[in-house]
Amino acid sequence: MDYGHSERPAGATPLPTAIKILVAGGFGVGKTTMVGAVSETRPLRTEEVLTETGVGIDDLSGVEGKTTTTVAMDFGRITISDDLVLYLFGTPGQDRFWFVWDELALGAIGAVVLADTRRLADCFPSIDYFEGRGTPFVVAVNCFEGARQYRLDEVQTALNLDPGVPVLLCDARQRESSKEVLVTLMEHAMKTREARRRAAGTD
Amino acid sequence: MTVQGESAEHQWVDDHAGPVVRPYAVTRGRARPVTGTFDLISLVTATRADVTPEVGLGPEHLAIVGLCQRIQSVAEIAAHLDLPVGTIRVLLGDLAARNLVQVREPQTTAGLPDNSIFEAVINGLRAL
Repeated sequence: MDYGHSERPAGATPLPTAIKILVAGGFGVGKTTMVGAVSETRPLRTEEVLTETGVGIDDLSGVEGKTTTTVAMDFGRITISDDLVLYLFGTPGQDRFWFVWDELALGAIGAVVLADTRRLADCFPSIDYFEGRGTPFVVAVNCFEGARQYRLDEVQTALNLDPGVPVLLCDARQRESSKEVLVTLMEHAMKTREARRRAAGTD
Repeated sequence: MTVQGESAEHQWVDDHAGPVVRPYAVTRGRARPVTGTFDLISLVTATRADVTPEVGLGPEHLAIVGLCQRIQSVAEIAAHLDLPVGTIRVLLGDLAARNLVQVREPQTTAGLPDNSIFEAVINGLRAL
């Protein structure tokens, strides 16, 4: 194999491992803001074109007659080390694009569900989705200015969350705050995985 | 991300014009790659520094090889080339079939042998 002038050292350098975390929640809740706050690059946008092959398995009610639909996803990247890269994907609009959600959620280590206390119901579909799939998630309440502050246990009750699901306040614009959300998610995902392994008797 | 030299190509159309070439024209009508599945976060690297144009390879194939001199995910390639992910998958299949790119499929949680990846991510995030 000829590596020429590539930046990689000659020889079979193993490629890093990639993992992903999803950032979900209602429209305008700050998903892309959070991705941008922690990403090492400005958030990038990628598009999936759903063609007729996707229509049969996707609920496109409301857009009948359209043969293609474009779904945009914003994402960012954090290089953890030479052999580990973390990608953060903001999920596209809820309800209509489960086809894309299924692809995104496949293999995801966990998810952040961003909530806005002024429109708490907007994050119900995301919570239902991750509960149904068994994807570990945390709920991060994005503290918008002017929004009444609720206690975390009030949010937990209002969302009818399993007591094990972490709920925390955040400011999605702030790098430190968004980092803390991701660390909490990773700790929760690790605990969830250990509990499942014990339950399965494989450990 | 405005790259010098790209501006000349883009001055005739704005963002609202949509892609000038329809996505499946680039793949000559193909919707599925000849080989591989290509997850959004599969990592891709070129196996060569340069590829001379050859039959069956279009400018988009060459652009991918150029981009993948540094390791990129499928999603990043799609974003940088401004093409839908499905189109990029077909093009990557062509390149993989010619051994022009090396692909690493992502790690799934179920496949993790231990907690070391979780711990590495937590430590990495704290160190940011």
